[in-house]
Amino acid sequence: MKHLLSSHDLSVDEIVGILDVADHMAEINTRSLPKVPALRGKTIASVFFEDSTRTRLSFETAAKRLSADVMTFMASSSSLNKGESLRDTIETLSAMGVDAMVIRHKSSGVPLTMTQWTDAVVINAGDGWHQHPTQGLLDAYTVTREFGTKDSLSGRSIAIVGDIKHSRVARSNIDIFRRLGAHVVVVAPPALLPKNIESWGVEVRNTIDDVVGEVDALYMLRMQLERMDSSIVPKLTEYCALYSLTPERAARMGSGAILMHPGPINRGVELIVDPTDVPGSRILKQVTNGVNVRMAVLFTLLGSGATTVLQQGGES
Amino acid sequence: MSISEVSGTEILGADDVSRAITRISHEIVERNPDLSPVVIVGMQTGGVWIAQRLRDTVNRIAESIEVPLGAVDISMYRDDFSLRPVVLSAPTDIPLDLTGRTVVLVDDVLFTGRTVRAALEALNDHGRPRAVQLAVMVDRGHRELPIRPDYVGKNIPTHFTDEVSVGPDGVFVTAVVQ
Repeated sequence: MKHLLSSHDLSVDEIVGILDVADHMAEINTRSLPKVPALRGKTIASVFFEDSTRTRLSFETAAKRLSADVMTFMASSSSLNKGESLRDTIETLSAMGVDAMVIRHKSSGVPLTMTQWTDAVVINAGDGWHQHPTQGLLDAYTVTREFGTKDSLSGRSIAIVGDIKHSRVARSNIDIFRRLGAHVVVVAPPALLPKNIESWGVEVRNTIDDVVGEVDALYMLRMQLERMDSSIVPKLTEYCALYSLTPERAARMGSGAILMHPGPINRGVELIVDPTDVPGSRILKQVTNGVNVRMAVLFTLLGSGATTVLQQGGES
Repeated sequence: MSISEVSGTEILGADDVSRAITRISHEIVERNPDLSPVVIVGMQTGGVWIAQRLRDTVNRIAESIEVPLGAVDISMYRDDFSLRPVVLSAPTDIPLDLTGRTVVLVDDVLFTGRTVRAALEALNDHGRPRAVQLAVMVDRGHRELPIRPDYVGKNIPTHFTDEVSVGPDGVFVTAVVQ
């Protein structure tokens, strides 16, 4: 594994391996001095063409806790504004001697295309509707550790509620949850389901009321209001009536069931209940776990000697 | 590269290993007249079972005191990431601040000394010990760093390429011809 572009790049063994490494990182993050020298001398660039708070800061925190040097590229203050192309930007960063690039872009496939322009390890931090693999990994980490089932989610049911069609989080999470053995239910209006949903191996339900009392984990997606227009969701209030988590619905969650959300939350849209009032909310735990899992991804790709071994043709 | 195993020789049997653990436990008690600051820390993974048995034996000898036990994982502290793939074992488990404590660091085999160097760095992230003592079941030589053990089960002269395996059932040396 040289890059992390998609959850589909990972075998189940590799997923379980990264989650195991994340346990080591979790121990490091509980120390009074949460820093190890594992990636000393490595340079990691975060290259964000789309706004982000938690993913970028999470990756940068992860890199710093492993003693890597961090460069931050922000599209808004870059030479892109002078007309520099994406390719020239990536090649320029690469020429400075970057070991890994963490990339977010509004277009699907940019991380894959980038691998032709740089020798650096490319890590997808979200590309269009396509994939957000580290989100899927950190959510799998959160659910497996919550239920104490280290390498499997078999027998667990997870409902993903909201805009499945436009969600890279849904694509990464459904893939990883299913391959770890979970039963995945998606809940969305037909306009927010992808056309080929039958081939995804998930159960489709029509309202959140159908699932809220049944599932082990309720995963609320963010309504991406900036990507919406009235042709997709004509009336937000009608959407909320069938798909939002209200205090009444939250009260019907099973005991031991957990609530998750990838953030940032649209309060009053997908979450009408205040998550601090939901005992099963693991939304902040997901953020904490995000650092553990991204440390594990960076360490696995850059620190464990794996890339060097690949370059040497498999000799150890 | 073809590797062929020539022989696997038993150097210590199970009884010898048990006797070595008992002897080292006595040495730990003799060298540390006050056991209250002592904590025994095994290196993941080969040192952990030895540390456990040393701790149990020391507690039996000392009677009045319970010496705490820890485990340290050094994979994040290695200086040879680029030379070989890291296999993660089990996480670090150090249940107390090491500042002012006397740490008895335990490993199965002392070889180049690089794992011990990494372990010393790892321990420092859990506080500043007053002293660190090193206990190993086997010292096989070939040091690349100025590190020496305080307690040794058995000194075994080896070739650099030999493989040494240590377990409760004994110590075995396998000559590897390249």
